[in-house]
Amino acid sequence: MTVLPRRFGAEGRAAIRATVLLMALIVMALAMSALVPLFHAAFPELERPVYTRAGFMMLLLSHIGLVAAASLPVILVGVGVGIAVTRPGGREFAGIVDTITAIGQTFPPVAVLAIAVPLIGFGAAPTIIALIVYGVLPVVDNTVAGLRSSPPSVIGAADGMGLTARQKLFSVELPLAAPVIAAGIRTSVTIAIGTATIGSTVGALTLGSPIIEGLSGSNTAYVVQGAVLVGLLAVTVDQFFAWLDARLRRHELNQT
Amino acid sequence: MISFEHVTKTYEGRKALDDVSMVVQSGEFCAFVGPSGAGKSTLLRLVNCLIKPDSGTIEYDGDDVTKLDPVVLRRRFGYVIQSVGLFPHWTVAKNIATVPRLLGWPRKKIDDRVEELLLLVDLAPSEFRDRYPRQLSGGQQQRVGVARALAADPYCLLMDEPFGALDAVTRHALQGELARIQKKTGKTVLLVTHDVDEAIRLATRIAVMANGRLVQYATPEEILAAPADPFVASLFGGEAASLRLLKVRRVGDWAVADGAPPVQSIGPDETLENALARMLGSGLDALAVSDPGGGPKRVIRLDDLVRRTR
Repeated sequence: MTVLPRRFGAEGRAAIRATVLLMALIVMALAMSALVPLFHAAFPELERPVYTRAGFMMLLLSHIGLVAAASLPVILVGVGVGIAVTRPGGREFAGIVDTITAIGQTFPPVAVLAIAVPLIGFGAAPTIIALIVYGVLPVVDNTVAGLRSSPPSVIGAADGMGLTARQKLFSVELPLAAPVIAAGIRTSVTIAIGTATIGSTVGALTLGSPIIEGLSGSNTAYVVQGAVLVGLLAVTVDQFFAWLDARLRRHELNQT
Repeated sequence: MISFEHVTKTYEGRKALDDVSMVVQSGEFCAFVGPSGAGKSTLLRLVNCLIKPDSGTIEYDGDDVTKLDPVVLRRRFGYVIQSVGLFPHWTVAKNIATVPRLLGWPRKKIDDRVEELLLLVDLAPSEFRDRYPRQLSGGQQQRVGVARALAADPYCLLMDEPFGALDAVTRHALQGELARIQKKTGKTVLLVTHDVDEAIRLATRIAVMANGRLVQYATPEEILAAPADPFVASLFGGEAASLRLLKVRRVGDWAVADGAPPVQSIGPDETLENALARMLGSGLDALAVSDPGGGPKRVIRLDDLVRRTR
């Protein structure tokens, strides 16, 4: 990654990287179709070396939409379940929840698609379901781990000073667990960005569309075009989470 | 006033507290001392209802604490623990403001209170207000812990080995600060410690605990001069207890009328320990006791110290 001056700090450097990557992603999505001569030169044997069935910007936005539609419920459910099983009343469910989310993670998304398509048909919906099933585990795991790692002295002080259970959760436990929870969301979303490409096998419009068509039609140029954009999207989002992480850890910096 | 009546608490078949009855008057500085597992911390945690007794009652100003809303009750006490437990993601100012914010004080009042408390615990507000706990030394963290406990002007301070994790120099300094703050604010303090010197230095009354029982509850001087049993005697140093007595007795109470003019003088509020140290250092066997009120001339003599502090 680009070497940036130390004076920007970890947070500033991550913000700069995320912005640069985002601009690169937008430029690439807009300019891909204009690169016909380049791909002609690189793949002289191909008659049509640039994917034209849908615009790349359209594919990118649709891809992002799918991932967002899956990640939002993943975050809500994952964090919610993680909170529930770390409360006094929910502790006994922790084992069962662990098992269920682990099964979801080991279940290949392709298999979920195979089951979902006959039930709800082709398109975006089965893809979103597969992404949700696949993505919940890291969020639940990290939420539980983050909440369980609250220092006992801090919890003891919060109890002793008269914070209610709700105040303790929202103003102490969750903020302290936030970096760990965000890391789980980062893993989940990054996986979803890559996995969403297989949605194109069942008719969802994603950056996987040129990849799948390229693979089936032996058009390597299509595969490259889709893969470059998916890769750029993944590192852009990852850099955004790096920035978020630095922000959430502000209070851990400047130790004496 | 905090009173314990026939309080018993059992953990897994072991009696952590066994029929403890005692009263801590308002404004009193009460120290609980005793070996680990004696029940000191348990007793403290009963007061703000962090645990409940198996039997017996704990009352504060006549109210049974188990009948009050625990959240409301806890906000009326300042609570300080050995591990400090500052909220690491909040600045010093926000940490100190914890209870005032819970109580919904207006912002201006909170800001003023934070400033006042930082000055009280001897931390410069401009320098420390916006720091995070990780940027403070252990002693500074506990100063903030004490300020946080005092923030909402609590009825009483509950302190569970507050200085136990600090080095000797910092501990001594903070004990001095606590004594000064307690004198200035007149707060009731309940302090758990295993350091008998800390108890002797700070407390107006000491509760000696062993195996869940209250063995002796008296002023430091009474305990040192007349320990209730061999256990208390050995806890307070056996023969060395007479040296500790020198720390709690004042020159003014032990001086005798005498016309002979000694060369050096000492104030009536100084401890006998200081008087002895002065005699040892100067080679004198008597000191004049200065009296700002201009009363009769008195002296404190080495042989009186030896004979009478027995």
